[in-house]
Amino acid sequence: MSDRIFGGIGLLLALIYAWQATIIQESFLSDAVGPKTFPLIIACILALASVYFLLKPDPEPTWPSYGRLAEIFFAALVMLAYAELLPVLGFLIATALASGYLTWRLGTPPLQSVVVGVGTSVGIYIVFKLILGLSLASGILGF
Amino acid sequence: METLSNLADGFAVALTFQNIALALAGCFLGTIMGALPGLGPSNGVAILIPLAFTLGLGATPALILLTSVYYGAMYGGRISSILLNIPGDEPAMMTCLDGYPMAQQGRAGEALALSGVASFVGAFFATWGLVLLAPQLVKVALLFGPAEYFALFTLAFATLGGISATNQAKSAFAAALGLGLAMIGVDTQTGVPRFTFGEVHLYDGIDFLVAIVGLFALSEVFIFLEHRRSAAEEAAKPKIEIGRITPSWKMLRYCTPTMLRTTVLGFIAGVLPGAGASLGSFISYSMEKKLVDPEGKTFGKGDPRGVAAPEAGNNAAAGGALVPMLALGVPGSGTTAVLLAVLLSLNITPGPLLFTQNPDVVWGLIAALFIGNFMLLAMNIPMVGLFTRVLMVPPRILMPVVAMISFVGIYGISGSSFDLMVMVGFGIMGWVLRKMDVPLVPVILGTLLGNEMEVNMRRAVTIADGDYSVLIGSPLTIVLWCVAIIGFILPIFVGGVVKRKMRTARDKEASQTD
Repeated sequence: MSDRIFGGIGLLLALIYAWQATIIQESFLSDAVGPKTFPLIIACILALASVYFLLKPDPEPTWPSYGRLAEIFFAALVMLAYAELLPVLGFLIATALASGYLTWRLGTPPLQSVVVGVGTSVGIYIVFKLILGLSLASGILGF
Repeated sequence: METLSNLADGFAVALTFQNIALALAGCFLGTIMGALPGLGPSNGVAILIPLAFTLGLGATPALILLTSVYYGAMYGGRISSILLNIPGDEPAMMTCLDGYPMAQQGRAGEALALSGVASFVGAFFATWGLVLLAPQLVKVALLFGPAEYFALFTLAFATLGGISATNQAKSAFAAALGLGLAMIGVDTQTGVPRFTFGEVHLYDGIDFLVAIVGLFALSEVFIFLEHRRSAAEEAAKPKIEIGRITPSWKMLRYCTPTMLRTTVLGFIAGVLPGAGASLGSFISYSMEKKLVDPEGKTFGKGDPRGVAAPEAGNNAAAGGALVPMLALGVPGSGTTAVLLAVLLSLNITPGPLLFTQNPDVVWGLIAALFIGNFMLLAMNIPMVGLFTRVLMVPPRILMPVVAMISFVGIYGISGSSFDLMVMVGFGIMGWVLRKMDVPLVPVILGTLLGNEMEVNMRRAVTIADGDYSVLIGSPLTIVLWCVAIIGFILPIFVGGVVKRKMRTARDKEASQTD
């Protein structure tokens, strides 16, 4: 079933892709092939492969339980929040929070997670900013 | 002779203080990354590319650093195979078969040292193979026009799944997905935006580094979240005595013919499209077993030759895989695809012209590989105890560090939150694709080569005044297309069989040792 759903999504993706390809504005100074042909070929391959998934699905993969799916969802959410907040909070605070959360969810006890989070953040800061001289986001506190 | 003088020039490039230090750092980091389960060579190199880039290293130093990581990871993969019976990366799978039984017999140190020597032999001779073969291949590649390149790219995609691929539709889907992503951005030939949905950030396209780090490194973090184990299970890891860490001369002499034979096999497997290091080590192990132990008396029960064979094979294949990558600009495996990303992000176009336009880069790199090999040998025999201690770092601490370093690298390149979000998106996509058994390497290769492939097709057709038959117009293109078609179709018939053989070989041996 998973493969069939995947095939359905793939087919939809191929259709949208092909449609987007056909509305590419052509320049008056175009080569013989133009900017549409290659994307359309790609859309065809996507569609063919998706149809194959619909017709001959592989055996079902083992999906994680809802709890674990939620785990992955929240981890992704935390990473997105990290991306958004990095320039605001600055590298040290944002990284300590994000890595603390991740290590907690991967099984470190809560108090220890705080230590690991801060340690990861400070460690990366020392190695990459102070030793290697990379520019990390500095944020509101100015460090 | 010309080759040798080129090589000498290469040594002159590589033997500066900075480059040697970088090679040393790369070998060290690479070995650690190879040893840690979940951080294979592709991941390791992928995370370090943005860093090498933001550190402002020049082309040659950056390449030296990253290929040292590549070779180092190939060495390191064996450590967890032998000690924990968990392959550090896919090619090291076969090393588990005899390595772990040796460790159980208290000969872990010997197995580690022997496999270190075998890795050295494989990698050393494969690097010579690279020196001799790549310039020859360059001569052929200079005959290639745009039509031939288009066919060659197709061939690379068609064979990428390898002979053991079970579902070619999924490989094709992955390749199309990657190519499709590469199309995003302003068309290089006519200047019109494509698939940007009016989003300004997308006008320069999706940076392939963002895609690579997201697909490889972040998806690994999600996999770990999914398979998180309780603390009790983690504590239950077996403790292994290392024993003596120097192999006896007798054992080395005993294994020498094995190492030499499997080096040749592995190198060939590495050069051919669609084989790569995993198949190299598999072929090496099974051929050696057939040859010296046809009745299966000692192999799988801790035979030193069963450790030497796959290690020499997979390291030789790693060297062999560099031949098509450097000479043609078409990688045949995941890690070489990532190395191609290194070259592209340094604004170096690999392929035949690389050898004439940037000889210092190529030969400096090859010389660095030789130097790195000796460093790795020196590091791996006496310092193997240090690397085994790295295995004690639990993934719950390691994986957040990996994720954060990935973010640091990508943020360092662009300084934009948008790229970080795209990377998280790729991480999720990578996780889903892995669950669906869709290979990630074609996606990567697609994003890397997509524009180049399209440009070649359009150039060929434009030169022929819009006549598409030019794509199959020369004998060379016809040969390439035939190989591509055969390479794509063959696994449909034999892929299942080969895969099953690889699995049963492993399961059977595993059941004997448990």
